[in-house]
Amino acid sequence: MSENDKEIKVVVWDLDNTIWDGILVEEDKIALKPGIKEVIRVLDARGILQSIASKNNNEDAMEKLKELGLDDYFIYPEIHWNAKSTSLAAIQKNINVGMDTILFVDDQPFEREEVQSVHPDITCIDALEYKTLPHLPRLNPRFITEDSVRRRKMYQDDIKRKQEEDTFQGPPEKFLASLNMKFIISECREEDLKRAEELTVRTNQLNATGRTYDYDELNEFRVSDKYKLLVCELIDRYGSYGKIGLALVEIMEDSWHLRLLLMSCRVMARGVGSVVMSYIMQECKKAGKKLLADFKHTKRNRQMYITYKLGNFKEISSDPEGNVLFEHDLTNIQPYPPYIDLVLP
Amino acid sequence: MELKEQIRKFIESNLVVFEDEAEFSDSDNIFEMGFVNSLFAMKLVNYIEENFNVQVANDDLEISNFNSVNRITEFIENKRSAAA
Repeated sequence: MSENDKEIKVVVWDLDNTIWDGILVEEDKIALKPGIKEVIRVLDARGILQSIASKNNNEDAMEKLKELGLDDYFIYPEIHWNAKSTSLAAIQKNINVGMDTILFVDDQPFEREEVQSVHPDITCIDALEYKTLPHLPRLNPRFITEDSVRRRKMYQDDIKRKQEEDTFQGPPEKFLASLNMKFIISECREEDLKRAEELTVRTNQLNATGRTYDYDELNEFRVSDKYKLLVCELIDRYGSYGKIGLALVEIMEDSWHLRLLLMSCRVMARGVGSVVMSYIMQECKKAGKKLLADFKHTKRNRQMYITYKLGNFKEISSDPEGNVLFEHDLTNIQPYPPYIDLVLP
Repeated sequence: MELKEQIRKFIESNLVVFEDEAEFSDSDNIFEMGFVNSLFAMKLVNYIEENFNVQVANDDLEISNFNSVNRITEFIENKRSAAA
């Protein structure tokens, strides 16, 4: 088992003899494991996403889950006869989280080993231990925020959006326009702090430095005159994506120094990352200062590096640890995309 | 399909402007014209790496390598001949 203490974002369940006793295709009498529904419900309420990797007939299994009142809890279920390692790979790709934040629960040692051999970073657990899940530290996020409570719903909204996008006839910008997106940038309020901390912990790909800040540190920035702490929210006609972005600017004598910039990967395809950047550039220009930005190479944030570099930031220094200091000359600021309705502080 | 044509098609399918007749020549700077955004930049780099078997190094990540059909085509061709 891989040893790490990263928060689990997704629990992937087997079905036969894991969620229920009995084997569906053998037409056994199927009965839910005692207390399993409560375990699933508790994890769901904590904002932990859940999916399924099961060897079964898809239709039969989904019907059974529906009958048991559980079908709505699982997103991107993989129910077919292919290897479970491929199912886990598909789930990881669809939900877009790190392998090291996935927990796989299965009663069969063979399946756990097969998954583990292909994905060494996934944590595998014997189904016998299902009752202990709610007590595992990695399944106990420090805060339960408004965003965590709504997380599954937000992913389900995303699935609907994607389906509509896939069947949309016409150019992509027309689809984006049809979403009626509203992007709200605001000064961080006290009630946003838990979510802000959560964002620094959970965001890996679109994260300029990978630095995490806790509630108290963020609160100091929030109340300080020397810093600007901004949160971003995205809403469209399907509903809110929640608070999905965070930026921390240190106000220095002759410059604004962007210490932190992150954006949830759920909104990557919406092109909103450049919106908050453009906003900061324009405000910085208005204040008559130069714009500096911290960046640190991590294993997963190359997209952010590309965003900075092709957003016309110039590297002015770097060190062997992967720390980079960028400067932007504040010419050529990207205009805001025409398909987004912007609400600024 | 010719490389240039492929690049043009990719750009055209990722424009952020509404004008259906957004026209640009092979040498026009598509970033300065506001036809594309930073999301496009990310997509473009992934597209080049996945479809042309080219690795874009950190030092290659200069907007001047990617700001027109011609520059992107040249970039890919240079990379390919360097690898050959």
